[in-house]
Amino acid sequence: MRKLLAALLFAPATLLAAGGDALDPAPIEPRDLVSLQAGARTFVNYCMNCHGAQYMRYNRLTDLGLTEAQIFDNLMFSADKVGETMKVAMSAKDGKAWFGVPPPDLSVIARSRGADWLYTYLRTFYRDEKSANGWNNKAFPNVAMPHVLWKLQAEQSTVQYDITVRDLVNFLVYVGEPSAQSRKSIGIVVLFVLGVLFVFAYAMKKAFWKDVR
Amino acid sequence: MASRLMALWDWFDSRMPSVGEEFRKHMSEYYAPKNFNFWYYFGVLSMLVLAVQIVSGIFLTMNYKPDAALAFGSVEYIMRDVPGGWLIRYLHSTGGSAFFLVVYLHMFRAMLYGSYKEPRELVWIFGVLIYLALMAEAFLGYLLPWGQMSYWGAQVIVNLFGVVPFIGPDLALWIRGDYVVSDATLNRFFALHVIALPLVLLGLVVAHILALHDVGSNNPDGVEIKKNKDANGRPVDGIPFHPYYTVKDTVGVVVFLAIFCIVMFFLPEMGGYFLEYNNFIPADPLKTPEHIAPLWYFTPYYSILRAVPPLFNSQFPGVAAMGIATLILFLLPWLDRSPVKSIRYRGVYYKSALAMFIVAFLVLGYLGVKPTTVWGQFGFDAFFLDTKDRATWAARVCTVIYFAFFILMPWYTAQDKVKPVPDRVTM
Repeated sequence: MRKLLAALLFAPATLLAAGGDALDPAPIEPRDLVSLQAGARTFVNYCMNCHGAQYMRYNRLTDLGLTEAQIFDNLMFSADKVGETMKVAMSAKDGKAWFGVPPPDLSVIARSRGADWLYTYLRTFYRDEKSANGWNNKAFPNVAMPHVLWKLQAEQSTVQYDITVRDLVNFLVYVGEPSAQSRKSIGIVVLFVLGVLFVFAYAMKKAFWKDVR
Repeated sequence: MASRLMALWDWFDSRMPSVGEEFRKHMSEYYAPKNFNFWYYFGVLSMLVLAVQIVSGIFLTMNYKPDAALAFGSVEYIMRDVPGGWLIRYLHSTGGSAFFLVVYLHMFRAMLYGSYKEPRELVWIFGVLIYLALMAEAFLGYLLPWGQMSYWGAQVIVNLFGVVPFIGPDLALWIRGDYVVSDATLNRFFALHVIALPLVLLGLVVAHILALHDVGSNNPDGVEIKKNKDANGRPVDGIPFHPYYTVKDTVGVVVFLAIFCIVMFFLPEMGGYFLEYNNFIPADPLKTPEHIAPLWYFTPYYSILRAVPPLFNSQFPGVAAMGIATLILFLLPWLDRSPVKSIRYRGVYYKSALAMFIVAFLVLGYLGVKPTTVWGQFGFDAFFLDTKDRATWAARVCTVIYFAFFILMPWYTAQDKVKPVPDRVTM
């Protein structure tokens, strides 16, 4: 019984001590348009061979400071019209046949996995002779995906590769919620309006309640 | 201009005087105690959030598709392609959590000041019914985004009905409309969420307010202001709800909206508590998530469910405990034998009981969002340890406290040394 009580008492301390697998914090900068554009380029060149972002429209990428002509010329390899969504050419059935699982759609992957996980995942592939495709991953053990960026990682310095992944994750976070930046700026205006409203509401309350005691 | 408006009102009033009569009865000549404090904002805030949910819900319905193949995508369509869609969606998702927050605080207020006690038992009963309807409404609505947590949360909750003896499996089948949660389930949950339960909720809210206005509001002193009237028959300690409390509540509404907007505009996921991360993965009937956690407002009851050990290989005791934990709230007015209402004049027994109850409720809520392994395991063995998870045992202790608060209430409220209650309210 004493042990039980002690366990209950110290339970919160044990809770604090226990942590999950450490993820590298992703140094993303959601307002950095150059980084977002670089991420978009990596995404369409590497990720979009197997993954889509089927809820994201190409012409929405004008958010990143690109014109529709630039988007059409540089980022659209499997679509004809700039209003289309970023669908992948590969079918889910083929994906399942080739990888065992269909590669997931990446529209909201940053919202389910989080930026830190993606940043860690894309930087922790390692050679593993025992796996089917010769690759394995520290953040996602026995993942079906091979190391698609291996050539980039081989060509670039560690610092450069980290920046490449940072830009890609930055882009995925943007794709997860394209309205995130305007949401915050509208929020500031709304809070300011509520602040002004509070002053008047409070003054009115004071005036009406003068005779209540 | 003003005189023309008055003339228009007179024209209207002479043809339909009941509008003015109702306004006087419920607003300008409804006398509320003048000593309402912080805790008295949450009633009007609950109504505000209800209005927010109905209005944002109407706009969501215009773009949402209740179809297992389209639902997840239609929510993303709302988030991306519908002008202002993200705002409507976040209003509704933040509003869902805000609804429970204000309702929990509103219920806590009733427990602080004994607002459920005679003559307000019906007000309390309608309130508990609102709470139950709200839980149903939230559960049904949570399936609609058709994410992994939507799907498996619904699967788990519907399966709870399946453990009811004898009729269980048929009952679960009847609720789902299929052998697993599927398109049929989504369609019926959509219908219930957007029309059936909102109607029930609105009706109950009207009943709650009518019942309140018939007996009059309680206050932080638990003094009946109607016992002390002036020559005109107005309570001496009462002030007309309009304009006094309309202007005061306006201040509370603005402050609440500011907090609401901070969450909605800057932290809409609230660290995974208002929008769960796993719910951004489309529902997959073939892939059970490792850890299925309900949203935070259900977790105290979810903890109770997990804490109660199975009996003869049946999970029914846990399900029954969870059900009784909510239904026992109905009995509160008759369990409380204290001669005073407000915590200000209660004795140490009730004060400590309420404090322990709140702590137990919060701990249960916390444990419900975590896996049962969150606090590790006991390092020793004993015959009574059916599980070594510390968190499960902590939840059991809290479950016992939760029920003891109610079951022992007739005893400790009767024994409590209460303080004398003043004749008039204190400011």
